[in-house]
Amino acid sequence: MSRYTGLKAVFKREFQGYFATPLGYIFLVIFLMASGWLTVSRDFGQFLEIRQAALTPFFRFLPHIFVMLVPAVAMRLWAEERKTGTVELLFTLPITLEGSYLGKFLAGWSFLGVALLLTFPMVIWVAILGDPDWGTIITGYLGSFLLAGAFLAIGMLFSALTKNQVVSFILSVAASVSLLSLGLPQVLEFFGSIAFIGGYLEQILAALSLFDHFHSLTRGLLEFRVFAFFAVLIVGWLGCGMMLLNQLKAS
Amino acid sequence: MESEILVDVKNIKKSFGAIKAVDDISFQVRRGDIFGFLGPNGAGKSTAMKIITCFLEQDAGSVHVAGHDTLTESLAVRQKIGYLPESAPAYGEMTVTGFLQFVAEARNVADSAAAIARVVEMTGLERVVHQTVETLSKGFKRRVGLAQALIHDPEVLILDEPTDGLDPNQKALVQDLINRIARNKAIILSTHILDEVERVCNRALIISRGQMLVDSTPRELMGRAGNHNVIRLVLREPDKALADKISAQNWCERLVRQTETEWEIVPKDRANHLNQVMAMLEGREIESIAVLEGRLEELFREITEGVCA
Repeated sequence: MSRYTGLKAVFKREFQGYFATPLGYIFLVIFLMASGWLTVSRDFGQFLEIRQAALTPFFRFLPHIFVMLVPAVAMRLWAEERKTGTVELLFTLPITLEGSYLGKFLAGWSFLGVALLLTFPMVIWVAILGDPDWGTIITGYLGSFLLAGAFLAIGMLFSALTKNQVVSFILSVAASVSLLSLGLPQVLEFFGSIAFIGGYLEQILAALSLFDHFHSLTRGLLEFRVFAFFAVLIVGWLGCGMMLLNQLKAS
Repeated sequence: MESEILVDVKNIKKSFGAIKAVDDISFQVRRGDIFGFLGPNGAGKSTAMKIITCFLEQDAGSVHVAGHDTLTESLAVRQKIGYLPESAPAYGEMTVTGFLQFVAEARNVADSAAAIARVVEMTGLERVVHQTVETLSKGFKRRVGLAQALIHDPEVLILDEPTDGLDPNQKALVQDLINRIARNKAIILSTHILDEVERVCNRALIISRGQMLVDSTPRELMGRAGNHNVIRLVLREPDKALADKISAQNWCERLVRQTETEWEIVPKDRANHLNQVMAMLEGREIESIAVLEGRLEELFREITEGVCA
């Protein structure tokens, strides 16, 4: 018996759960359609117009898709358990809080990983069209996976916070959008213009920017600070979510 | 020799804000016991069970299950217990087999296929094993809940209202099942149906507003009920002399005339005085004579109302 007792059983159940209802398939279809369309669209990715054998247009709009779709993957993870009362069943099995929380997280993350893997036709396409830089494609996918994990950890906390899946979805979209927009030039400019502390604020916010860290991976840069950033973000949100769930599970 | 204590609850207390859900409850359940937890809705039955099963932590007091402390050895306790929460929650989108497989894996059951086959047979789920849980009727859902609680053949079984909301046939089925598996286990079941306690349990604890009122056997409880061993006598014709004679007996508390010919004789000591009454009848013609058994309903009302007042 360890701290993570039950992780495997929970992981297996949750991962299969995505494919036991239409929800998982609907998610995959919407994700693939949205990412494909944003990539080739003349208004957004301009994949065809830029005439480069690279996945930059694809990775560029992935955060925008994740911000809406990852909360949909996360929302049911705890809210449903608390609403239907199965949370009582789960926590009276010999499963630790860490085991169940991480089991669910890893299941959701793996599901998002499957969604990313299913974008492989895009990779085949660039390979046929030209001679792509494989390094940036691999680091780009790695960055996408880490970004998905970060949004999932955020969404899970809100799923633990409420019994209502819709409320959980809306809160986690709002939190994810706020976090994402911290790195936008307009936002940085606004905070930078505040008297005295503006300069520091701008630096701090820029350092917290998800866009910035994600894009350094899509450009093919493997930096320690980027991995540390995502690790802290994911572990932090998971830790807070666990504490919250422990308080709220019986209410 | 008394058998081993499997559940030992000592002075547990639990409050939610200003509400004292459980207020100083203590009891012990031994191997072989079927322990009835009796009380009106909101008495604290479910809260006490959630504490024993490690879902909630008590504010004060201690609980030991098979020697393990629920606070410090929570996983070991949960491994020993099979638990059916109130209204038997289960994952609706899973099939019965899939759900039982999950519980078996979470509980580290060595041969899960054999364990599933055993509990499916035990609870009569053969017909629905491939259906998803959400498509099942209430009775079947409850049986799925029982099956998951039994899958690791636990020493301690805790059932929160196992028959609530079931039809009479399903109720009888579940009660039979509990009686069948009772040997070598300690079972705690909560209910607000008194019949069930009489039929299934060998010990009963009455709680109300979080407090323990009585810890006794159902038979003893019945003996304490106001109408225990009352004799109901129906005569062919009114007989004033006989009524006076019975009233004059020193064991007779009072004689209640429902009608001129239908009487209820209440004994002082709640003992059975049928033979004395029969002797006094001396060939008079009677319609019927019966000794009433104490009803738990009576006692339950007397006790719980006393507290609530």
